Amino acid sequence: MSGPVSGAAGARPLHGTFKQKLAWMTVLVSTGALVVAGTAFMSYHLLASRRAIARNLAVQAETIGLNSVSALVFDDERSAEESLAALRADRNIVTAAIYGTEGNLFAAYAARPEDEDGIDRVISARQEDTVRFQRRTADAFRTIVTDGKRRGTVHLVYSLNELFADLAGYLGITIVVIGVSILTARFAASRLQRTFSEPVARLAAAAEVVSRTKDYTVRVEATSSTDEFGMFIDTFNEMLAQIQAREREVEAGQSQVQQLNEELEQRVLQRTAELDATNKELEAFTYSVSHDLRAPLRRIDGFANLLGDKCQSNLPDEGRHFLARIREGTQQMGQLIDDLLNLARLGRKDVSIRTTDLSPIVSRVADALSRDSNGRVIDWRLQPLPTVACDPALIEVVFTNLLSNAVKYTKNREQTTIEVGAIQDDGGFPVFFVRDNGVGFSMKYAHKLFGPFQRLHRAEDFEGTGIGLATVQRIIHKHKGAVWAESDVDAGASFYFTIDAQPGAGARQTLSKGETR
Amino acid sequence: MNDRIDILLVEDNPDDIELAIHALREEKLANGITVARDGEEALDIVFCRGPHADRDFDSPPRLILLDLKLPKVDGLDVLRAIKSDPRTKAIPVVIMTSSKEERDLVESYRIGVNAYVQKPVSFDQFLSVVKELGLFWLVINQPPPSQAFDPS
Repeated sequence: MSGPVSGAAGARPLHGTFKQKLAWMTVLVSTGALVVAGTAFMSYHLLASRRAIARNLAVQAETIGLNSVSALVFDDERSAEESLAALRADRNIVTAAIYGTEGNLFAAYAARPEDEDGIDRVISARQEDTVRFQRRTADAFRTIVTDGKRRGTVHLVYSLNELFADLAGYLGITIVVIGVSILTARFAASRLQRTFSEPVARLAAAAEVVSRTKDYTVRVEATSSTDEFGMFIDTFNEMLAQIQAREREVEAGQSQVQQLNEELEQRVLQRTAELDATNKELEAFTYSVSHDLRAPLRRIDGFANLLGDKCQSNLPDEGRHFLARIREGTQQMGQLIDDLLNLARLGRKDVSIRTTDLSPIVSRVADALSRDSNGRVIDWRLQPLPTVACDPALIEVVFTNLLSNAVKYTKNREQTTIEVGAIQDDGGFPVFFVRDNGVGFSMKYAHKLFGPFQRLHRAEDFEGTGIGLATVQRIIHKHKGAVWAESDVDAGASFYFTIDAQPGAGARQTLSKGETR
Repeated sequence: MNDRIDILLVEDNPDDIELAIHALREEKLANGITVARDGEEALDIVFCRGPHADRDFDSPPRLILLDLKLPKVDGLDVLRAIKSDPRTKAIPVVIMTSSKEERDLVESYRIGVNAYVQKPVSFDQFLSVVKELGLFWLVINQPPPSQAFDPS
């Protein structure tokens, strides 16, 4: 999903809430303002009206009082009623009355006949000048005084109905205005919603889509306005674009890593195939050597033999000597080929690791060598050896080679001592050794010791093909171990080796100390 | 043609043939020897076909000395053909080869070879091997009776 997101499809109902809040806020503010203004206005109007009424009543009562002085003095009831009747002009005056000095009713006026009952017959003789506001009326009392003498009291009752009607009118106007303002607020809110709420809703929807699908190609449709919301949307889109770009970079990096891995794997496969091919070639080669090299050798030996047999009488002694040399040469070469083939075969052989007690193997090898040693007395000093994980058949070959070498190179000693044992290296791993008191060798040539066909002694002194130690080294390497030797001319030789063939264990780094020489 | 074959020597190299015959002659075993120079010829002789169609199936070779590396049909295939046919599988077959390859040994015994001998380089040893082979298979060993070649 990509492209601009508009509206609130699939989004949470945030949109409505925001719009409602906006509308409520507008209505509340405008209504509140109107209510406060209306109340203030009406209160002011009430106070002002009351003041005006009080003043008006005081003036009218004073006028009535002045006009009624002579009537009171001369006890002219009619004249007093006439001056009261002038109040008819003010339709707010409900009743009016003039009282004598004793508080007794002197003259009265009522706007309507039914109001006449409300007129008090007697009032207090010492009634003060006041204007009193009742629930529906205002009462005004005014003392009539001439020449510093109290002559009577005027009492006016003023109806407040008109004032209340005015206030009711104001209230109605206020309510209408509030209603209009609410409608206006709602309209404004919907307009505002288009400006504020819609962009926010679109942003919210886009953010929701991005967080749900992790799709950074989503963009929010830009508004035409250049206000903060427009900037907000632009910034949001910009941010998404940056994330998208970064995402692309990460993906590109990942695919590069993956490609490199694939290349590496491909290369490993290729190398493995090449190795396999090389191994096959080697195998074919050894097979061919085994068959093809031995066959002519056998023929040389066979015909040399026949020559010696059939033509014995015709051959001088020298000829027979030559024949003997030829035959010995072929024997030696036959042995060489056999040894070489065994060595090559080792390279192809899989090591089959088993927990192996080395002591019986060494005893067996030593016994066999003792039997073949033409009656030599050998002092075998065989220490008990630990049990290790190794290929027993191959390790027997190692001990056979090392022990037979020890026997071979001690053949000129009067007393032959051969010692086999194990010490522990720094890491607590066993280091096996085979030590003899034979002719030894110069450490100068130690580096040649384990190379095939390398010999440190003349053939006429010690027979051999130079394959034995190469075989030993190959086997030890197959066990992830190391082999080395220490010796000096005429000082005997010590051969050391380690085995690290624990299934699953990595190659142990013993080479720093015991690098094969 | 003398039908009687004591030993069928399957060997391609003339020198090796000469040496083998020489060794057999020493032991007075050379009279009944027939030489096949390749695998195909060996099979023709054993199965009385081709140039050897006039041979009698009832008198099979008493011993086959078989080299492995042969032209045309290779030694193991010859062995396989002989050992998988009920008419011939009772014939003692001894492989005599320069190779001591483990896979050759394994395959030969799987097919049913009667013995596997590596030709020694030394002629003296070769002589004694041939002598003992002839002595064992032609003198000491009881040859398979004719019922053993029952084609059923």
